[in-house]
Amino acid sequence: MSTLTSLARALAAGRGFAQPVCTVRHVHIHERPLVFVPLALAGEAVAPLAAMAGDDPESPRLLVVAEPRDRDQRFAFAAELASVILPYIERHTSAEETVAGGRGRDDRVRFAGAPQVLVPNPDGIAFTRLLGRSTRFRRTEGEYAVPPSVPLLGRWLTFLAECAEHPGSCLLLAATDALALHWATGQSPVEDRSLGTIAGWIDPPPGRTGAQAAADAEDPVRCPPAGPATDPGFDNEVLEPRIAAVRAARAAGDERAWRRARSALAGALASQLQPTWELMWRAVALLRRLPPGGHVAARWDRDKDAFTAHVAHIRDGGPPQPRRDTAVAAARRLTWLEWVQASYAAQRALDDPLVMAEYRMSGEAFAGQVVAAESARVDSSGRKRVLRPHITVKTEDAVTVEPGASVTSPARPKQKAHVVSVAPAGGSTLVTVELSGGMGRGLTPPPGSVPGIGETVCYAALSDAYRPPPPFPEPENTPWTHGGPPPQYVPTDEDASEAWS
Amino acid sequence: MHSIETRLGRIRGKLPPRHHTARTIAALTSNPGCARRAVMDAAGVDKQRLAAHAGFPAPFGQSRFALARGNAFEAQVKANGAAELLTLLREHLRLPIPEAHYDDLGEVGGNASRELRYARTRSLLARAHACGDDAGTMFDHPLLRLDVGGRAAYLEPDLLAFRLREKFHVVEIKSFPVIDGQADGEKVAAAAIQSAVYVLALRAMLAEMGIGPDAVADETILVCPENFSNRPAAASLDVRKQLTVLRRQLSRLERIENLLELLPPDLTFDLEPGEDGTPTRPPGDLAAAIRRVEARYAPECLSTCEMCFFCRDEAHAATARLGRDTLDDLGGVEHIAQVLSLARGADVTAAPEMAEAAGLLAAAARLRGECLGEAV
Repeated sequence: MSTLTSLARALAAGRGFAQPVCTVRHVHIHERPLVFVPLALAGEAVAPLAAMAGDDPESPRLLVVAEPRDRDQRFAFAAELASVILPYIERHTSAEETVAGGRGRDDRVRFAGAPQVLVPNPDGIAFTRLLGRSTRFRRTEGEYAVPPSVPLLGRWLTFLAECAEHPGSCLLLAATDALALHWATGQSPVEDRSLGTIAGWIDPPPGRTGAQAAADAEDPVRCPPAGPATDPGFDNEVLEPRIAAVRAARAAGDERAWRRARSALAGALASQLQPTWELMWRAVALLRRLPPGGHVAARWDRDKDAFTAHVAHIRDGGPPQPRRDTAVAAARRLTWLEWVQASYAAQRALDDPLVMAEYRMSGEAFAGQVVAAESARVDSSGRKRVLRPHITVKTEDAVTVEPGASVTSPARPKQKAHVVSVAPAGGSTLVTVELSGGMGRGLTPPPGSVPGIGETVCYAALSDAYRPPPPFPEPENTPWTHGGPPPQYVPTDEDASEAWS
Repeated sequence: MHSIETRLGRIRGKLPPRHHTARTIAALTSNPGCARRAVMDAAGVDKQRLAAHAGFPAPFGQSRFALARGNAFEAQVKANGAAELLTLLREHLRLPIPEAHYDDLGEVGGNASRELRYARTRSLLARAHACGDDAGTMFDHPLLRLDVGGRAAYLEPDLLAFRLREKFHVVEIKSFPVIDGQADGEKVAAAAIQSAVYVLALRAMLAEMGIGPDAVADETILVCPENFSNRPAAASLDVRKQLTVLRRQLSRLERIENLLELLPPDLTFDLEPGEDGTPTRPPGDLAAAIRRVEARYAPECLSTCEMCFFCRDEAHAATARLGRDTLDDLGGVEHIAQVLSLARGADVTAAPEMAEAAGLLAAAARLRGECLGEAV
């Protein structure tokens, strides 16, 4: 949150419609994403009740569990879900692309695409993680055997949920998060976690304001919650009697009544899922309308790398993800997450002037007109004469960047720049910046490589440059302070027989 | 004291009072500045019915499935004299309990009045304390009392106070799962603050008999289902921090007398039930009465208070409705309209203390206008 986003919220509340907080799209949207809308039984750890899933808006697959507390039916659900999700994932392993190595490294090959799963909200991501946890250790032979697709589904769901923790990764996205990243609504961030209301603010039906559409969406009868939690009123008035009817027909051994009861239950659950299913595709369409930001493709490439690596791990017979990270893995992961977070923030600002404006508010960036330029300035103090132009920018922004700081311009991201001086001038500030690089090899810069007088420029103390992680010990050398070397994972009977009831 | 009871009775109207629970006290401390909630809870008003009749039914109910699961788990843990719980405490917490007595304090000779049950809980716990040896007794359905906003609130914990190593321990049974040693942070936080309410009430009860606070452990025991099963697992929760928060918030809660003084003497939230019990009071009249008591709405209320939709509607022009962070980001300016006029630089009459916020908002508006090519 920041003043600009909050101002956009106030504007949205005042105008009755959501207001943009980005000028470009910062998430990758797959040409054919897989939408997954799960419902869970209230009160249980992870008891799937129903789901709608698929990559075709016109024909969702409806999955229903008639007896959500029955272990066998849960695994049957997992197997059925696997039959939707696994072929979708598999489809992305058919084409490969070669990435040039550069800097003396070999070229490498990765899959040309990656899957993208969309769930309605952050709770949907949490459900995906738990469903993955409850299925990935299952065994396919012996006692409590499950179909081979079940543990494989568990591993993929776990992979997707882990990726969702990485800022900027788009393999698994929550629709509410993706929308809230691009629009400010006239409601609070807590309320933005409801897909119906956030979509209402952004894209109300004709004749309604966003505020009215959001209010409409709060009626659980008109707009059922987007799950995984169901509406308690639906649970008590509709779901319970229908589950009871299925149970009664089964107990009575009445085949016809059982089939009738089952289809009534499926119908009731579909009525809860269908509106969310449609909202999901509306969210996809809304996001597609925005032009993608400059770094979106590069981040999707990183997702393709992660996907390729996980396919290789599974094909090589690697073990499922552990229940808890080991010390070394956790430390590596944390360092990586920190870097990804910083790099993602910098990329978003460099791609989008409205995001950059947040940094201009805080003084970490400034923008203005070039009022003086020594484009041919040469620094001869060193052994070799080098081209080091100076430009002076007049800005209205409250600059907090100090002399000596490295800054980057979104217009010339490859050019290095550092602040030489900051001087107040009336109500404005004059900032002089020294440039290096991005100007060819000679001592005269090619036209356009140095900003000219009158040009509007922006500089920010942000960088998405790669920071190599500090060295970590190999897992077998984990120091005793961190529990010593972890035991190797060996699947046990306990994993396979773990209760799921 | 008598006149306060009478006034609260008038405010409540003809419906029987609803009592505070650890959950409502925990919720109260999350928004201690809300006079509306303080008065309604002190009077024992049925907020759910009130909100519904005023045209703003609360957005939450409880699913029967969740209720059934919670009850089944609690019953399972407590079955056969809490046999399962005892095994758990022995194994997981390495407690040397050879055997334990199990006392159900739910009823006193068929009479379940609150005063009687409270007195019985008190005398039994005092005896256990005086006894000194680790008798290892579990008390089911004790009744505690806590002073909330100058008025006694009875608490009916479904927990067991347990005496061991010279200390009473509060045990809280919850049906959310602990998966691979981790549970939902929000749910654990809620359980911790509820446990802290019980610790505080237990200490208050013992203090009446001159027994010091050390007699109740700071560590409470949380019992939850493990992984995806029904098998219970126990974990210790250190609630010292929650106790500090709770004590501070409870002392900050304005005393109910002071709040009542500001209200018109004839104020009532009575629904005027007709012969068949259906409310006959005009909703607009009820809403006007509710508005006489000041509320402090924040989006967090949406998950804790039955009045939330009413208060949100009332606060539609307030910046706080957009969230506390938003309010802070906007320089604490209370009304959305004023935020917008300051941003436009149109509010020349703004008070001097607004100068900083005005500068901030004008700068934000300038940047937004520059990027989007539109005026704010």
